[in-house]
Amino acid sequence: MYFVIAGGGEVGFHLAKALLEANHEIMLIESDRRRSQFIQEQLGSVVINAPADEGRFQIEAGCERADAVLAVTGEDPANLIICQLAKWKCRVPRVIARVNDPKNEIVFKALGIDETISSTRVIMSVIEQELPSGGFLPLMPLTGSHLELIEAEIAAGTPSAGKTVGNLGLPTGSVVGGVVRKGGVLHADDDTRLEVGDRVVVLAPTKDENAVRKALTGS
Amino acid sequence: MNIVIVGCGRVGAFLAGQLDKAGHHVTIIDLDRASFVHLPQDFNGTTLLGSGTDLDILRQAGIEKADALFTLTQGDNRNLMSAQIAKQIFGVKQVIAKVNDPIRANTYRAHGIGTFSRTSILGTLLEAMLMGDPEVGKVLLEKSKKAEAELAGDLV
Repeated sequence: MYFVIAGGGEVGFHLAKALLEANHEIMLIESDRRRSQFIQEQLGSVVINAPADEGRFQIEAGCERADAVLAVTGEDPANLIICQLAKWKCRVPRVIARVNDPKNEIVFKALGIDETISSTRVIMSVIEQELPSGGFLPLMPLTGSHLELIEAEIAAGTPSAGKTVGNLGLPTGSVVGGVVRKGGVLHADDDTRLEVGDRVVVLAPTKDENAVRKALTGS
Repeated sequence: MNIVIVGCGRVGAFLAGQLDKAGHHVTIIDLDRASFVHLPQDFNGTTLLGSGTDLDILRQAGIEKADALFTLTQGDNRNLMSAQIAKQIFGVKQVIAKVNDPIRANTYRAHGIGTFSRTSILGTLLEAMLMGDPEVGKVLLEKSKKAEAELAGDLV
């Protein structure tokens, strides 16, 4: 696949390297001359020294035939504009923006950029995974839908412990995909009764995350 | 009218002063407290410290009741982001962003965001003056000269 990466900071550089190692074709746009030079020395002729938020340089970087544009500069406004221009001007089928301020995930969605990655949120979810008693963990959004995958551990004393899946009171549109019990997977139907220590995997509309949380953890 | 201005550089402060004097309710936002010195001494509006791309700051600035928003910082991208937030998320009717890159100004205008580029406006004006076509900027220059004179205290 062909990827255009906007921004050659640490994230952009290592992303470029990883994609090249995975045999993808890339072009990186970086506005700082010395940084561009460094990346060129490291990775070869895959760098354009120019501002990525100008349409003509996106065209020069081959955005019109790119499978995806990844905007990973340290500036959220720049990442937004880069993605919008790539969509509107170059008709790039897939644009992904790095957001530095997690609040901007909502803003970017409202402004037409559906795929965002927030390093703050990624780190938070790693930390949450390490927390005792698991709790409630939104695992990942599903591309091209308004759905997400959620994992929750059924803790003692929560309203879901001892209930059947059908009686959990999950919002409509959510599906329990499976239950992990004692290291094995159970196929879950409405009559499956949840036990303390079960890990439940749910596919739910993103907007209903809080309702799912309430049904499973009681808070 | 309730007007929110993002960016208190020379242009933002000038516009805030003019609108305030005309009796509008103006709130001006900037990241740097020191930039508010650009405002005229008799400015009656509100100053707010923060980022114009931050939803909470915009709410504090009264964006939900604003009739118009101008984004006039030095960053084209920041201006375009604030303007889109105001229009798409808060439904502000009149939204105008300063975008120095004429091509980006053109693109976003086509997508419903009011933009103006001082690059193309000033460039066009100067070219017209040089080519002996004073009609192009006559009204504009008269008005701006009057505002300058008032600021300098020549009239009043």
